[in-house]
Amino acid sequence: MNVMDTRATSAMLYLDGVHVSFDGFHAINNLSLALEPGEMRAIIGPNGAGKTTMMDIITGKTKPDEGTVLFDGTVDLTRLDETRIAELGIGRKFQKPTVFESQTVQDNLLLALNVDHSVRGTLFWRGSKAESERIDKVLETIRLTDARNRLAGSLSHGQKQWLEIGMLLAQDPKVLLVDEPVAGMTDVETHLTAELLKEINRNHTIMVVEHDMTFVRELGVKVTCLHEGSVLAEGSIDQVSSNERVVEVYLGR
Amino acid sequence: MFANCIDRFRALFLSILLLSCLTVPALAGPFEDSVAKFANDEFSDTEAAIGEVAASGNALASPIISALQDGRLSADPDSKKVFITRTDGKIVDAATGAAVDKLPDNAAAVRLNNRLRRTVEAALGGLTLLSPDPAKRLAAAQSVFKSHEENVLPTVESALAKESVKSVKQAFAEARAAIILFKSDASDSDKLDAVAVVKARGDQEALALLTALGADQPPLVANAAASAVSSIQSNLAMWSMVQNAWYGVSLGSVLLLAAIGLAITFGVMGVINMAHGEMVMLGAYTTFVVQEVIRSRYPALFDYSLLIAVPLAFLVAGLIGVLIERTIIRFLYGRPLETLLATWGLSLVLQQAVRTAFGPTNREVGNPSWMSGAFELGQITITYNRLWILCFTLAVFAILLAMLRYTALGLEMRAVTQNRRMAASMGIATSRVDALTFGLGSGIAGIAGVALSQIDNVSPNLGQSYIIDSFMVVVFGGVGNLWGTLVGAFTLGIANKFLEPVAGAVLGKIAILVLIILFIQKRPRGLFALKGRAVEA
Amino acid sequence: MTPHILTRSLDRAATAFVLIVAAIGVLIPLSNLLLPQGSMFQVPTYLVALWGKYVCYAILALSIDLIWGYCGILSLGHGAFFALGGYAMGMYLMRQIGSRGVYGNPILPDFMVFLNWSKLPWYWYGFDKFWFAALMVLLVPGLLAFCFGWLAFRSRVTGVYLSIITQAMTYALLLAFFRNDFGFGGNNGLTDFKDILGFNVQAEGTRAALFLLSCLALIIAFLISRAIVASKLGKVLIAVRDAESRTRFLGYRVESYKLFVFTLSACMAGVAGALYVPQVGIINPSEFAPANSIEAVIWVAVGGRGTLVGAALGAVVVNYAKTFFTSGPLAPYWLFMLGALFILVTLLLPKGIVGTFNSWWEKARHSSPDADSAAREDGIGAPNAAE
Repeated sequence: MNVMDTRATSAMLYLDGVHVSFDGFHAINNLSLALEPGEMRAIIGPNGAGKTTMMDIITGKTKPDEGTVLFDGTVDLTRLDETRIAELGIGRKFQKPTVFESQTVQDNLLLALNVDHSVRGTLFWRGSKAESERIDKVLETIRLTDARNRLAGSLSHGQKQWLEIGMLLAQDPKVLLVDEPVAGMTDVETHLTAELLKEINRNHTIMVVEHDMTFVRELGVKVTCLHEGSVLAEGSIDQVSSNERVVEVYLGR
Repeated sequence: MFANCIDRFRALFLSILLLSCLTVPALAGPFEDSVAKFANDEFSDTEAAIGEVAASGNALASPIISALQDGRLSADPDSKKVFITRTDGKIVDAATGAAVDKLPDNAAAVRLNNRLRRTVEAALGGLTLLSPDPAKRLAAAQSVFKSHEENVLPTVESALAKESVKSVKQAFAEARAAIILFKSDASDSDKLDAVAVVKARGDQEALALLTALGADQPPLVANAAASAVSSIQSNLAMWSMVQNAWYGVSLGSVLLLAAIGLAITFGVMGVINMAHGEMVMLGAYTTFVVQEVIRSRYPALFDYSLLIAVPLAFLVAGLIGVLIERTIIRFLYGRPLETLLATWGLSLVLQQAVRTAFGPTNREVGNPSWMSGAFELGQITITYNRLWILCFTLAVFAILLAMLRYTALGLEMRAVTQNRRMAASMGIATSRVDALTFGLGSGIAGIAGVALSQIDNVSPNLGQSYIIDSFMVVVFGGVGNLWGTLVGAFTLGIANKFLEPVAGAVLGKIAILVLIILFIQKRPRGLFALKGRAVEA
Repeated sequence: MTPHILTRSLDRAATAFVLIVAAIGVLIPLSNLLLPQGSMFQVPTYLVALWGKYVCYAILALSIDLIWGYCGILSLGHGAFFALGGYAMGMYLMRQIGSRGVYGNPILPDFMVFLNWSKLPWYWYGFDKFWFAALMVLLVPGLLAFCFGWLAFRSRVTGVYLSIITQAMTYALLLAFFRNDFGFGGNNGLTDFKDILGFNVQAEGTRAALFLLSCLALIIAFLISRAIVASKLGKVLIAVRDAESRTRFLGYRVESYKLFVFTLSACMAGVAGALYVPQVGIINPSEFAPANSIEAVIWVAVGGRGTLVGAALGAVVVNYAKTFFTSGPLAPYWLFMLGALFILVTLLLPKGIVGTFNSWWEKARHSSPDADSAAREDGIGAPNAAE
């Protein structure tokens, strides 16, 4: 680790030379990427480019065949499981909104709070004022205060997306991985979501995967385009969208 | 002598006796003299008589000695005449074979002691050695090989010289070798040859013979025997491995047959069909019904009963499968645990239905002639029904594999297995594929029932005894890959049969279950699991 | 346990359930012992034993509901934990027979004398003491569940795979307990019990006391389950049931949660088995049969999984029906009915009796005009009312 790239020590998330294959199919191919602390990065790319698989690798769901994945410059994520990685402070929103449908909105947030997650801790848990204040605050942020006692399963699609972002907020991780947050949202909702993410970005590092180019443009952050499991182009949205290869494989204009 | 006879026998008997006495001088010779020795009531004379009678080659020798063995040989010490009481109660003169009306009053059974009894046994062995029936000669040679009585050596040697049937000649040579091995005055070189012959035989009995050889042998012979023992032992160990492997392959084929349908339904539809065993049972009962009809109407067709039963069982079980899928399972997709419970309930209903219709006891399903019997391969016995089931299983497997690979339904099934949602959006009618898949899986269970009816009891509980094993095969082999099922079935079958001699049948089975439980921890999706994102979704 | 857990878990329905079980637990034995025989209100002794059996089944159903209804783990081998608890109690009862057995051996149970065993196997040591046996009733099923669960949950064996290997587990135990040389009486099992803690097991008073104890155990098991379900732990369990990997990504160690409830549930099943054996008078390997475990699952499904009251109710209803039908002229049709019950409940009544009633009740309440606001106020204090 002595000869480690200086970027690696300063980066919040650092991937280098990562390979994954499923039964001969190379889902991730020599992928290298670094996310600085406090940065928000948008990831774009066609279906099958490896965006979701990359998130699976970072969150410990999939183990890479080779390559380095470091968190906070020092922690080797390839050796840890999902729980441990979540405890370290990496939160994830899934592509398909995944909330606990048979529980209330409020309980969803309660479960997400980064308090004692041990069996003992939850068994003898009693709510505190600080906790309910935090939940109230998150509810306000995601505009679900009125729906706090509704079952999460009864929410609209957009509300579920927000609830999931709200769960990320309650979890208060160092890094947020957000997979397609505006899929199925109206234009107004999309705009509000962009605002919300920018707001969150003030004190969190974010990696957001999205197909909606208007949304990505609205975020106004550095963009990485993935293709066939590796980085095709990286830079501002204008630089990337004028890159010939990106146009060819992804934007298709 | 004449006068004595007239005194002792009644008038009616006289003529017969006369006749017999008249014939005696004509045939008077060594055999009669030998037989007469039985009447001396001396063990040494009896022994001599046994030897001489046995060596005579006379047709009466065998009845005399077996009568002696059973205490049916009596002698009149005065007239020196010897009589056989046949097992049907008739009495004949031992020396001539002439019928005698009744035993003389002072005739008494010829006595034997333990040493003589052994001599008698050996002599009997020696006698059948000369039987005109090759099967009897073979049996006699085998028994001499075991008893290796020294005094039959001349008989064995003369029989060996005359023998023309190859296998019997071989047996005589081995019998002779066995005798020579234990003969104290045989030369070293003869004994070494004998060791070589016994070693070549190489079975459990050869081993027993060589290990029984005392330590008082000359060093050369002892060494040769010791090396022969170890060579036979390793040979036998090899054969017992082959035997276990065969039993294992045979069990594996049964497991494969029972599990293959389950693998299809589980692999393609993710449905655990707890009523799968009952489909097997229905197949077996279809075989029973087919045989009943054939027995009562067309007895000549009996040998073809299984050929008729296979398509029928496929149809019966397959149609019931489609029916189950359409009425129950299709409402439970995405709820695998509920499917499991509902199909369990179904299995109870089917069992009870069969119990009501056919009774709770085992029904008789016969083996056609080509399924009965066995043949020897080296040191192991292979029964035809097990062999046919193995062939049948492999054929079913091959047909299924070809069907999955080359037919439209097969293509659709593979597509649905790998990614149900994608397949649906590509225009595949997944619900039709599901119904057909379930029908196919059930139909294969049905034909498995035809095969199992040949080796197991056909009762309402037939399916229950296979269901857990079938699950183990599927879970162990991995879902969505028929080769995994094949490897899983044969691995479990062979492992089971190799564990059985070590741990016993029940403990072996428990050990297998525990091993699978541990294996699942290591590879939760079995040996040949599909990988990738689609699997998790 | 801190009092707030208790107060939180006792909502109206739970309190009603506890009170009803307590009333039954007191009234039935009293009527059996105090009222004259033949009186209309006198409960005959055989019925006390029969209902005692149902109560034990209700405890088993609760234990299954705790893992299946709340955590999504369908165990098809819970009968094994029940039977292990039963065997632990049976071993105590066997050793209490002492020299009153057929062979009169003061130490060895009859079946060991029959098998020409010269001394007690080591695993029978200590079972002459009640406290030891009682400890084993909890420890043996608990330990087995812990080891099994530790292996299974850590490797993320879930869904039908887990169901199948739990079934294999109970099947393996069934085969093992059938063996004479295993030292638990082979296929005859353990029977011919004489006393428990010095009281004759056949005596009316003992039976009444056992019934009362079973009801008490049911109440305790219910309260423990209720406390778990009403705590934040309960919410985590439901989260695991509904979206296991999401729960993991929130930083919960899912396998620890599963292991905790699985082990606890096995201990509960063990207690149920231990109370069952003295009331039924026998324990044999058939209790390990996979069919028994699956049947217990259907009690829970009938009553309503995910509702503790439903699980207990389902056990009683299904077993009452079983007793009723198998003793009458309809006996040959019982398996048809049981099979149909499996199919119909999963198809038509997936929430079970209590679950369906609950959602009907909710709907009725919500159809009133100001239901929405009412629910909002209501929900803050008791977010678990719907569970």
